[in-house]
Amino acid sequence: MLVVRNLHASIEGLEILKGIDLEVKAGEVHAIMGPNGSGKSTLAQVLAGREAYEVTAGEVLYQGKDLLDLAPDVRACEGIFVAFQYPVEIPGVSTQYFLKTALNAIRKHRGQDEIDVVDFLALVKDKLKLVDMDERLLNRAINEGFSGGEKKRNEIFQMAVLEPKLAILDETDSGLDIDALKIVAAGVNQQRSPDRAIIIVTHYQRLLNYIVPDFVHVLVDGRIVKSGGKELALELEENGYAAFEKQPVIAAG
Amino acid sequence: MVEVKDIQDVYTAAFQQREKEFSAGGGAWLLPIRKAAMARFTELGFPTKRHENWLFTNVAPIAQTAFQPAEDRDAEVIASEVAEHVFDTDCCRLVFVNGRFSSRHSAVQALPEGVKVCSLAAALRTDSKRIEPHLTRHANDQDNAFAALNTALMTDGAFVHIPKGVVVEQPIHLLFLTVGGEQPEVTHPRNLIVAETNSQATIVETYAGGGGGEVYLTNAVTEVVANENATLRHYKIERECEQAFHIATTHFHQYRSSNVTFLSIVLGGTLVRNDIYAILDGEGCDCSLNGLSMLSGTQHADNHLWVHHAKPHCDSREFFKGIYDDQSHGVFAGRIFVEKGAQKTDAKQTNMNLILSDEALADSKPQLEIFADDVKCTHGATIGQIDNEAIFYLGSRGLSKQAARSMLIYAFANEMISEISIEPLRARLSELLFDRLPQTDMLRETV
Repeated sequence: MLVVRNLHASIEGLEILKGIDLEVKAGEVHAIMGPNGSGKSTLAQVLAGREAYEVTAGEVLYQGKDLLDLAPDVRACEGIFVAFQYPVEIPGVSTQYFLKTALNAIRKHRGQDEIDVVDFLALVKDKLKLVDMDERLLNRAINEGFSGGEKKRNEIFQMAVLEPKLAILDETDSGLDIDALKIVAAGVNQQRSPDRAIIIVTHYQRLLNYIVPDFVHVLVDGRIVKSGGKELALELEENGYAAFEKQPVIAAG
Repeated sequence: MVEVKDIQDVYTAAFQQREKEFSAGGGAWLLPIRKAAMARFTELGFPTKRHENWLFTNVAPIAQTAFQPAEDRDAEVIASEVAEHVFDTDCCRLVFVNGRFSSRHSAVQALPEGVKVCSLAAALRTDSKRIEPHLTRHANDQDNAFAALNTALMTDGAFVHIPKGVVVEQPIHLLFLTVGGEQPEVTHPRNLIVAETNSQATIVETYAGGGGGEVYLTNAVTEVVANENATLRHYKIERECEQAFHIATTHFHQYRSSNVTFLSIVLGGTLVRNDIYAILDGEGCDCSLNGLSMLSGTQHADNHLWVHHAKPHCDSREFFKGIYDDQSHGVFAGRIFVEKGAQKTDAKQTNMNLILSDEALADSKPQLEIFADDVKCTHGATIGQIDNEAIFYLGSRGLSKQAARSMLIYAFANEMISEISIEPLRARLSELLFDRLPQTDMLRETV
């Protein structure tokens, strides 16, 4: 579903991603782990299409199409969802109104009819249960006054409503206590399916006890230095990133 | 270059022509007041930028135009033009065309016993005694040249009287339509609304123009008296046509424990100025003055507010938002005056501005004059742009940049209309807001 080849990306002239290679197939859950500053969130932001980041080399193919050529809203309509590390607050726009409009934008892109109010309300009530969130949150402005945990759960709730093909979770676990973590993990696990690929960007191994990945990649200084199965995560838990940080950098070209 | 002095002569001549008509039109008491107002206008002249209250608004285009009294064009107005502004067919509606009461377009429905909603000119002939204590007693025509001109030349408008204890459920709609001519024309609509003790009512004032692109000036004055414990909601919707000038003075005189909520929506006209005064003249009053201006092109809108706390224990809130695009210019000046004896005053002023283009301009000027020492007075203003983080977030959920932008602008504006108690009016205004924003097909309904 997603093929990343030799991806280089910079922000304000500083190169963060220094040649990422990654392949993710439908049905797979990939974890990308690394120390702070390694470029984990940058990768998520570049896949989301944030303009501040400049792609200087490489390519990203999503379902065979050039992803980098698509605007963020088109990426979303094509089935990509990013759960952000720091979801923004948007006063004056209720979660319900926003989500219905977003869902309809995506459905329109797919040639489907707009969802009617009754069906939509039934859909969201159902999905709210997945993340143990109260119905009242629907009428509040997006993320306004939400605690950290509520914001992260809101991201997973939106994912459940929009049903993406590729979900990228950017440090969804950071700042969460164990109870919130379990709820978020359960919500994500409920959405695993053979048609869906999930990339989990995380600093801590803890989340991966609950969302067990198929593949784990270690990202250090803008490059994936090692890939493996779920045991790799446990190894990192034991030994930290130090071993990988000392590895010699193989010059490109 | 037309001499301003010459222009003033145009108004003086208009006054002299109609002096006979004025003395016949009910109440010997009004003629000397008109004369004094005319003299005052001549003395003051149109304001210039040297007047502090007109620092940001240049009325030279008005001062240099010889506006003739508007012709009677009632016959030219068709039902659909009126229907455009009707939000509720059930409510009582007075329609004025070019400042004259139009009985064929009006619909005075059954009102509770004793409630009077009629043409002011008619009321002056038949009910002068009830009008004399209030008409021209409240509006400031001493410093305000436009208000003085209105007092001198006013012809008609609405008279609304709500007797003691009466609650009027249905809104009372006052619709002022202007159909321009080849030459620039002027009307001076005058309204008087008196709500007696314990009464309740909702008034909607709409000012709109024909879409023919004519130049005209609406110079309106509305005086509202809220007696003890009365509750009034007052909505003023300005949708004049593109080349029109709209100058309006609205004056609220509140007595003990009365409650006034006012909302002004500014959408049309090339130059708009609202002077909104409220005097809290009894203990325990509550006054909420709200407004939304949404401007584009080269529109200019100026809202000047004065809240005068004359007595203790009163609460007031000024909350105005402006959305300015292209080369438009919005002004907000909020003055709060607290007299020495007005202890336990609680006054708040908030002005928020959203700038949508590089050339749009917002001016925000707070003025607090506080002479009591046991009060709460706060003021705040923000001037900002669309939040790009929010645009990106909405984009990541499938909304195009344009749709996301429109959603955020609508959200900003919606806060001002969401509290409107008349649902059909709120829905209509919501539609008008969406009409002014691109790519909103998917954003409408289910708000």
